[in-house]
Amino acid sequence: MSRKIGDVILDLQNISLRFGGVKALTDISFDIREHEVRAIIGPNGAGKSSMLNVINGVYHPQDGKIMFRGVERKKMEPHLAAKQGISRTFQNIALFKGMSVLDNIMTGRTLKIKSNLLLQALWIGPARNEEIAHRRKVEEIIDFLEIQHIRKTPVGRLPYGLQKRVDLGRALAMEPQILLLDEPMAGMNVEEKQDMCRFILDVNDHFGTTIVLIEHDMGVVMDISDRVVVLDYGKKIGDGLPDEVRASPEVIKAYLGAGH
Amino acid sequence: MLYRENGQFKTTYAADQQIFTITQDKWFVIAVIAFAFIGVPMIADEYMFRAILIPFLILALAALGVNLLVGYCGQITLGAGAFMAVGAYAAYNFQIRIDGMPLIAAVLLGGLTSAGIGIIFGIPSLRVRGLYLAVATLAAQFFCDWAFLRIQWFTNNSSSGSVSISNLQVFGWTIDAPVEKYLFCLVFIVLFALLAKNLTRATMGRQWMAIRDMDVAAEVIGIRPMYAKLSAFAVSSFFVGVAGALWGFVHLGSWEPAAFSVDRSFQLLFMVIIGGMGSIFGSFIGAAFIVILPIFLNQFLPALGSIVGVTISTAAVSHAELIIFGSLIVFFLIVEPHGLARLWAIAKEKLRLWPFPH
Repeated sequence: MSRKIGDVILDLQNISLRFGGVKALTDISFDIREHEVRAIIGPNGAGKSSMLNVINGVYHPQDGKIMFRGVERKKMEPHLAAKQGISRTFQNIALFKGMSVLDNIMTGRTLKIKSNLLLQALWIGPARNEEIAHRRKVEEIIDFLEIQHIRKTPVGRLPYGLQKRVDLGRALAMEPQILLLDEPMAGMNVEEKQDMCRFILDVNDHFGTTIVLIEHDMGVVMDISDRVVVLDYGKKIGDGLPDEVRASPEVIKAYLGAGH
Repeated sequence: MLYRENGQFKTTYAADQQIFTITQDKWFVIAVIAFAFIGVPMIADEYMFRAILIPFLILALAALGVNLLVGYCGQITLGAGAFMAVGAYAAYNFQIRIDGMPLIAAVLLGGLTSAGIGIIFGIPSLRVRGLYLAVATLAAQFFCDWAFLRIQWFTNNSSSGSVSISNLQVFGWTIDAPVEKYLFCLVFIVLFALLAKNLTRATMGRQWMAIRDMDVAAEVIGIRPMYAKLSAFAVSSFFVGVAGALWGFVHLGSWEPAAFSVDRSFQLLFMVIIGGMGSIFGSFIGAAFIVILPIFLNQFLPALGSIVGVTISTAAVSHAELIIFGSLIVFFLIVEPHGLARLWAIAKEKLRLWPFPH
C-alpha cells in the first residue's frame, strides 16, 4: 500500500448536540487523520448520521469545537463545508431524480464553475469551454465507477445499487478532501457490496481521499477501515483499531445486550 | 424508420452537449422556425395574426419564464401576471419619459425592472415553499394590481388609468401591420427560447433543478440556495417582464391594469402544468393549448351543432367551451401528469425503436 496516514485533518472536541430535550450527541471527541478510512458504527439511533450532519454543517452542535486542519471552524452552512472540501453521500439516496446521471454528477462540479449567468445564457467563450472541461472530469468519474452505459438515463429510473453508485460519483465530482459515506452499502447484495468496497478503497488509494464511513455490516467495517469509533445513545463507547474495538466489552454489550 | 440516430456518433464533448443531439430533431426545429418566419406570413390572414398567433407567441414567452421558475427550480408562483404588468408599465415609462428611447431597449429595460421586482418578491421562497409560497407570490399580484391602479405616476397621470403606446419603430422600421408585429414577437421568442435552453443545460439550470429535486443534498454539494432561488426568480421575471412589455406594446397597444390580473397568472401557470414542467418545448405546447383550443372550440361547436341539426346559442357555446376545456385539462393531467411535452417525448422514444417494441 502506497498510501500513508497523515496528520489530523478534522478534530472533533467535546461535541454535544441537542434537539430540544433530546440529546442526540453527548460530549463526543474523536479525530480523523488524513488519508485514513475512519468508520463510525453503533446501533440504530446511536447518533451516527447526526455526527455526519455536524461534520458537514447541516446541524450546529450546542457545545464543542471542530478543528479543520488546525483552525477552529465557526458556525457554518453546508455549502461552506463543501467549499472546504467535505462532501458526502446519503443514507436514503438524495439524488436529483429528474436529472440524468451525467447532470447529477455535473452538479458536483458547481463550486468549480466560475462563468456568470450571462455567458451561460449565450453559451459562449468561457462558459462553453468550462462546460466541456468539467464534462471531461465527470467522464473520468463515470469511467471509474463503471456507469458509462447509463450516463444519459434519468436517475429515477435506475435500480437502487446503481443509484448508490451515482450518489458516490456526485460526491467524488467535488474532488473532496474528506468524503462522508452514510451507509453506502445498506440494502445491497454481496456482489454490490464488494463493488462498493472496491470503489471506496480505490478512491482512498488513488486520490488519497480521507473517508468517514457509517456502516452496519461489521465484516465490511472490520475489513476496510483503519480506525473505528463506536457510538451508543449519543455517547462514544469505543475508539481504536478494528480489532481493539471488536474485543472491547462495552462494545459487545451495546451490540449484543448485557446478558452475554 | 426515418427517425433514427444510428450512425450519428459523437466524437467530442462539444458535439455531445449541443442542443439537439439527434440530427433529425435539429432539422425538424430548423424547418419549424423557417416555416414560422417565411411560411406563416404568406398564409395567415389578419385575424389569425391578431387573435391567435401574436397572443400565442407572447404568452409562450411568458410561459417559458414561468416554466424556468416553476418547472426548473420548483418554486411555485401565482404572481406571473404581476411581473408582466411590471414589465409593461416599466417599459412604458422608459419609453415616454426618456426621449429617443429605442423600442427594444425599452422592452429589455422593462424586463430588467421586472427581474428586480421578482427578486424582491422571491425572498419569501428562502423560508417557505409549496402552497405557502404560492400565497406569498399572490401578494405580488395584488400589490401590483393596486399600485398600477392607484399610483398615478406609473400611468403618466392619465385620467382613465389606461395607457397607450403608438408608433413602434425599430431601426427606422415601423411596426404597424399585424404581420410585422408577428415577426417582431417571433424574433424575441426564438432568441429567448435559445437563451433559456442554454441556461438550463449549463450549471445554472443544474443548480435550479438540484434545488427543485432535493434541496438538502443540493446545499451539501455546494449550491447556495439563496443564489439559486433568487436567480431563478430574476431570470423568470425577466422573461415574463419582456413578455408583458410585448403584450402591452405590440399586442394591446393601449391597456389598463386589468390586462394583467390574477387570471393571467393562473393562465400562465396552467400553460406550464399542461405543457410540461421543466420543458422548454412544453411551454410552447402549453401556450398553444390554452390560447388556441378555446378559439377552436368556439368555431367548432356551432359547426358541429349545425351538422347534427341543432342550433347552439352563443351563450351555450361559451359554457360548453369552458366545460370541454376544463375536462380536457383533467384528461391530460390524468393521462400524463408531466404534461404534453412528456407525451411528445414518449412518442419520440417509441418512434426511435419503431417498428420494434424494444
